[in-house]
Amino acid sequence: MFEIIERKMIVPNLHLLVVHAPDIVDEIQPGQFVIIHAGEGSERIPLSAADWNHEDGTLTIVFMEVGTSTGKLAMLKPGDFIPTVVGPLGKPTEIENFGTVVCIGGCFGIASIFPTVKALKEKGNTVITIVEGRSKNLLYWEKKLADYSDKLINITRDGSYGYKGHVNKAEDIIRETGIKPDRIIANGCMTLSYKTTQEYSHYNVPVMVMLNTIMIDGTGMCGVCRCTVDGRMRFACVDGPEFDGRLVDWEELAKRRKQYVGEEAFLVHHSGCGGI
Amino acid sequence: MPKQPPYIRRRNFNEVALGYTEEMAVEEASRCLDCKKPLCVDGCPVEINIPGFIREIARNNFAEAIKVLKEKNCLPAVCGRVCPQEEQCEIRCILGKKGEPVAVGRLERFAAEWQALQSEMVMPVIKEKTGKKVAVIGSGPAGITVAGDLILAGHDVTMFEALHEPGGVLTYGIPEFRLPGKVVNREINYLCKLGVKLVCNYVVGKTKSLKKMLDEYDAVFLGTGAGLPWFMEIPGENLNGVYSANEYLTRVNLMRGFMYPKTYTPVIRHKRVAVVGGGNVAMDCARTAMRLGAEEVYIVYRRSQTELPARLEEFENAEEEGVIFHFLTLPEKLIGDENGWLQEIECSKMELGEPDQSGRRRPIRIDGSEFRMKMDACIVAIGNSPNPIIPSTTKELEVSKKGTIVVDESTNKTSMDRVWAGGDIVTGAATVILAMGAGRKAARAMQEYLMKSQ
Ligand SMILES: Cc1cc2nc3c(=O)[nH]c(=O)nc-3n(C[C@H](O)[C@H](O)[C@H](O)COP(=O)(O)OP(=O)(O)OC[C@H]3O[C@@H](n4cnc5c(N)ncnc54)[C@H](O)[C@@H]3O)c2cc1C
Ligand SMILES: Cc1cc2nc3c(=O)[nH]c(=O)nc-3n(C[C@H](O)[C@H](O)[C@H](O)COP(=O)(O)OP(=O)(O)OC[C@H]3O[C@@H](n4cnc5c(N)ncnc54)[C@H](O)[C@@H]3O)c2cc1C
Ligand code: SF4
Ligand code: FES
Repeated sequence: MFEIIERKMIVPNLHLLVVHAPDIVDEIQPGQFVIIHAGEGSERIPLSAADWNHEDGTLTIVFMEVGTSTGKLAMLKPGDFIPTVVGPLGKPTEIENFGTVVCIGGCFGIASIFPTVKALKEKGNTVITIVEGRSKNLLYWEKKLADYSDKLINITRDGSYGYKGHVNKAEDIIRETGIKPDRIIANGCMTLSYKTTQEYSHYNVPVMVMLNTIMIDGTGMCGVCRCTVDGRMRFACVDGPEFDGRLVDWEELAKRRKQYVGEEAFLVHHSGCGGI
Repeated sequence: MPKQPPYIRRRNFNEVALGYTEEMAVEEASRCLDCKKPLCVDGCPVEINIPGFIREIARNNFAEAIKVLKEKNCLPAVCGRVCPQEEQCEIRCILGKKGEPVAVGRLERFAAEWQALQSEMVMPVIKEKTGKKVAVIGSGPAGITVAGDLILAGHDVTMFEALHEPGGVLTYGIPEFRLPGKVVNREINYLCKLGVKLVCNYVVGKTKSLKKMLDEYDAVFLGTGAGLPWFMEIPGENLNGVYSANEYLTRVNLMRGFMYPKTYTPVIRHKRVAVVGGGNVAMDCARTAMRLGAEEVYIVYRRSQTELPARLEEFENAEEEGVIFHFLTLPEKLIGDENGWLQEIECSKMELGEPDQSGRRRPIRIDGSEFRMKMDACIVAIGNSPNPIIPSTTKELEVSKKGTIVVDESTNKTSMDRVWAGGDIVTGAATVILAMGAGRKAARAMQEYLMKSQ
């Protein structure tokens, strides 16, 4: 059993969850995720690690309440226990001294990009961090990210904070400032990953995006997370979840993601970018 | 043995076989000739004293019967249900030469069920504590056997499981109607009562490396079973409605999808389902689809009925339940609609040519024989590669080209010091009893090592 240390809503519909999982924290690296199962009858759902603390063995996750399983998690209180937190799963994000790296986060990705931003900075990269949301009240962790970024750019769809626009806006800003990225990394919903790929492919550098596929076991056993990358069948849970967006078959992925839309009575919250 | 009639069972998840009554069991057991040189025993991979336990049933000594079984087999309730007796013990039974062989499997199942109904559980004697620590990775039949043997030898045993429930394929793969979850739980609970510590949600190689495990444990057993499912590598396999057998069965069994929407993991109740493959796994998928309410379920197999690798009993059960078999048929292409949902599968007809390496006649495509079938689901049940997690995170561990862990044949010891392995991770997809046999062999070697070392 895993003890919940903290659970609070940080911005509308996004919750922070801190759970005691010392063995996972011992091994976890940026870009990895865990699978949480909130008990009999629940789904097993993948959630990215947003932060961790080696001293007290706690793992931080930020999740969006979109359906039944995340809804269950959103009701947890400190002192509650959940039966399953398993991980760390997936391949870690590659951390090297690349030069200049643009890190983009939207929705829960504002949090899950944090370990990557931090590790890249510590490796000596120039890190440009871009966060985007619909409105000012949906952005968070500004100071945390700014501490490890050479430049932090805020973008809101309604212009209530930072620049007005979408991820493509950031591309304008980058072009104007004359920054030449050596690598682009994006975390968030599928729309963000897809748009980032489209907007940034012309730099001819890797556009590493997190693929948000449906998962069950997360250990390569079931194959539900399969996607086509560079013409090959890959399993997001063991070969990813990060892939070079330029090589991903996006159309197929979008269709696969909708497999259970008709089945599950889910609530769509337009709190982030409007995509799922 | 009484079974639920096909027209009823094809729509429910309750166990198909209802089991013998005491009278029936005694009657069946009395048919055994108690041969001097029992041929059936030669066919049993763990050499159960078959005439021995059957004799006790015939004499109404059910408690003795289970004792004899448990000398060699720690999971009789499982094996009695899922072992391929028709190619192991029963096929060799002398009575089978003229008529029906003794129903060894059914009697084994009977004895195990009889014991489960007894209020008092006779606990075996556990040897004095040795202070040695053993880690068993994977809680399938191989791991269960090792844990059971080594806890009785007095060691401190911890069994690690990646999923949230123990049992391996017995839990996530083999469906409820063939092997009820409660039977597996009973066996796991028994191990826990003996003192085995069970840690679920723990992926060795990810949560902790094998090397670090070796700092904490004196010996480690790897029984990690199957890994990535194979696909056919034909167009359209990523369409919606196309599943690996593992995904389909995991949704229904492990995630209790057969109770959806009371549970949360969605399972779509497809109407026309094609299952590709001819093994037990394919039969299980087809029969599961039927129970989820499909109108038509097909098995598409590229060889003929003679080559069908599934157990005869399961083939017959499937056929009785209305599963339609397309033999000598090979899927070529899966065709979807604009939203990415499967609509049709295109197949070719095959004929059998010369025998291949496996000794079975090779199927050859008949040109121009393509035809299409309307389907809204296709389940690919053509096998798995071995589980890669531990080998890929442990460079020291020798693996074959196929990805199986290489072991010494007589001890099941791997190339790594203090590490043994067995079951599907060593042999590739095999059977429950072979995994248990491998576990037993490894446990013996581990015991020898543990008692020698300081
Ligand atoms: C590697 C990885 C890391 C992730 N990290 C995070 C994270 O840090 N924070 C976060 O908020 N979300 C994250 N997600 C997405 C998260 O797993 C889903 O939002 C979650 O599974 C939805 O579960 P639910 O039961 O609440 O919703 P459901 O009721 O299951 O469904 C709500 C909607 O989400 C879709 N959906 C269902 N299952 C999944 C699934 N497994 N993945 C994506 N969409 C799904 C459904 O089609 C439906 O449209 C991650 C996904 C992956 C693959
Ligand atoms: C659908 C289906 C039907 C079958 N029907 C029959 C039948 O009728 N008769 C028969 O004899 N055989 C049958 N088999 C085959 C039989 O089930 C297997 O041969 C047997 O279960 C193999 O046992 P095992 O202990 O080697 O591995 P498994 O049963 O595969 O168990 C391995 C366990 O290890 C866990 N694991 C893997 N990696 C790790 C890790 N890194 N850390 C922790 N845990 C890990 C897995 O989650 C799994 O629970 C069937 C198989 C399937 C899939
Ligand atoms: S071969 Fe048949 S008759 Fe002889 S001991 Fe075995 S089960 Fe009994
Ligand atoms: S989630 Fe099952 S294989 Fe990736």
